[in-house]
Amino acid sequence: MSTSLRNSGFALAAAGLLVGGIALALFWAPEDADQGFSQKIFYVHVPIALTAYACFGFGAWKALRLLWTGEARYDLESYTAIHMGVIFGLLTLVTGSIWAKISWGHWWTWGERQLVLFLILFLFYSAYFMLRYSIEAGPRRERNSAVYALFGAALIPVSFLAVRIAGTILHPTIFTHEGANLPGEMLLAFCICLAGVLALAATLYRVELAGKRVDASLRELRELLA
Amino acid sequence: MITARNLSKRFGDKRVLEDLDLEVPRGGFVLVTGPNGSGKTTLLRLCAGLAAPTSGEIEVDASRGAIGFLAHEPLVYGELTALENLDLYGRLYRIPERRERCGAMLERFGLWRERNERAASFSRGMLQRLALCRTFLHEPDLLLLDEPFDGLDAEGAKLLYLELAVRGGRTALVATHNPDSLATRATARLALA
Amino acid sequence: MTGYAADVAALARKDLLLELRSRDTLPAMLLFVVSALVVFHFALPADSSTRAETGLLWIAIVFTALLGLTRAFAAEREQGLLDGLVLAPCDRSAIWLGKTIGVTAFLVLAELVALPAFALFFHAIGWELVAAVALADVGIAAIGTLLAAIAAASRARELLLPLLFLPLAIPVVIGGVGASVATNPASFLGFLGLYDAVFAILSWASFEYVVTE
Repeated sequence: MSTSLRNSGFALAAAGLLVGGIALALFWAPEDADQGFSQKIFYVHVPIALTAYACFGFGAWKALRLLWTGEARYDLESYTAIHMGVIFGLLTLVTGSIWAKISWGHWWTWGERQLVLFLILFLFYSAYFMLRYSIEAGPRRERNSAVYALFGAALIPVSFLAVRIAGTILHPTIFTHEGANLPGEMLLAFCICLAGVLALAATLYRVELAGKRVDASLRELRELLA
Repeated sequence: MITARNLSKRFGDKRVLEDLDLEVPRGGFVLVTGPNGSGKTTLLRLCAGLAAPTSGEIEVDASRGAIGFLAHEPLVYGELTALENLDLYGRLYRIPERRERCGAMLERFGLWRERNERAASFSRGMLQRLALCRTFLHEPDLLLLDEPFDGLDAEGAKLLYLELAVRGGRTALVATHNPDSLATRATARLALA
Repeated sequence: MTGYAADVAALARKDLLLELRSRDTLPAMLLFVVSALVVFHFALPADSSTRAETGLLWIAIVFTALLGLTRAFAAEREQGLLDGLVLAPCDRSAIWLGKTIGVTAFLVLAELVALPAFALFFHAIGWELVAAVALADVGIAAIGTLLAAIAAASRARELLLPLLFLPLAIPVVIGGVGASVATNPASFLGFLGLYDAVFAILSWASFEYVVTE
């Protein structure tokens, strides 16, 4: 009961933050001088991308916990987090693609580092799912998936660096190394959007995890009856 | 030496071992019997640390280097000769006076003449003899034997009896279809269903 | 030689000896890489740039490595032999290191043929390319050996390995092609070195978990 109450709390928080953040972004934050209204997709695209990273990182952390402690429950948690990461990664590709179409007139551009990086990660984590499907459930699968998930955590910065040294620099850099050069209103709206997307991911993670757990215990019950 | 409580192992949806309790004292010689698919091999793999239980606990009071594991497969490279195979294991187990020891084992199990032949050219019985050489090479304290008489002729079986009799104080867990052959040595039996 | 190094040497020696006897992997890799170069010649338009040719060389190298890697644990897998190695009292990472050395050796031998063939068929190659190939070999062998062990435990095996391997090989290709064609090869070579270090350490540390339960 308390779990479902907490889930509702997360869901409400996500909805409130998202609605508030997007309203602020649309009506309150000033329009970008160069890109005009189309820059507004930034408030969705970048939070989704950062949330996808957070999911992959969280999944790798759970994978590390699995290898460390050997407790099987971390396997499901890691798997669910990566599952969420792939969903938000796909959304990143879609929103990024829309942005690219508006800004440069092409749905896909290899010069867009973030997009290329997410394509690599998407391929990597699709292989993660293939790996899971082709090993029988059990400790072997838990461990192999966990090791592969850890490789993903290393691949993110390494690919980031690779794409950075390889790519032409086309993408509008809104954050620079010195920190945000966003006006205060833009930054506030962005942060609220980010919090909203993170809360949404947390809600989905919890619901999906609960669903997968119910599934697992159902299967066990069915076996006991059989 | 081996203590197991509520030991269970599942492969996917298939239950292979269920709530098994087992106590093998130091020096014990336990015969594990049961029909095909009753989990004899799985039990040995759990004891060797090659598999992890789905639930329950197992404690084995022997280091990896003190276990002699005879699997269904001989665990030797077909493209290497009998001597090269033993030499590889001898290096990995850090056996002192490796060459002499490997030679002595091959002689003990009647493979000395074939020492420079590739394992791939061996018959099933010769492979089993080579696997026995490998199992006993490092003087293990704990023997985990899966169907040790499989493929052995009368002469090979006799050599195995001898080897088992040579040194006392060894603990053994032996899975077999034909328990009568080792009945006199057994201190206990475990029947899996 | 003491302990760990002796284990690694024994295992690597075993792999080289097996290959010497069976000649399963290396001839296939050699033939494949040369065939791939010939196919690439016909795939490229006649007036292709040297950059395009260099890119194709890297594709040939990655796929040749993949060919070798699918065979990396063939001897162990067919006879359940990994159990025997895992049971031995040596550190499990020694199994990975021994195998990685073997895979690297095959890869280097294949390239000893492939690079001169490339120079003959296409255009001359510089020291940057050779250095990049050498660095890439280490990373490819390190990560590929670990992934081959993962794939060997699965049902799909030969099918799964390329899927697991290629996304991780993309940075190698970026670094390798960059070092071969860019005006500042040093930064790309540095990147390849970093890649080797990160993934070799990760593979070394995690191999134990892949082969045990």
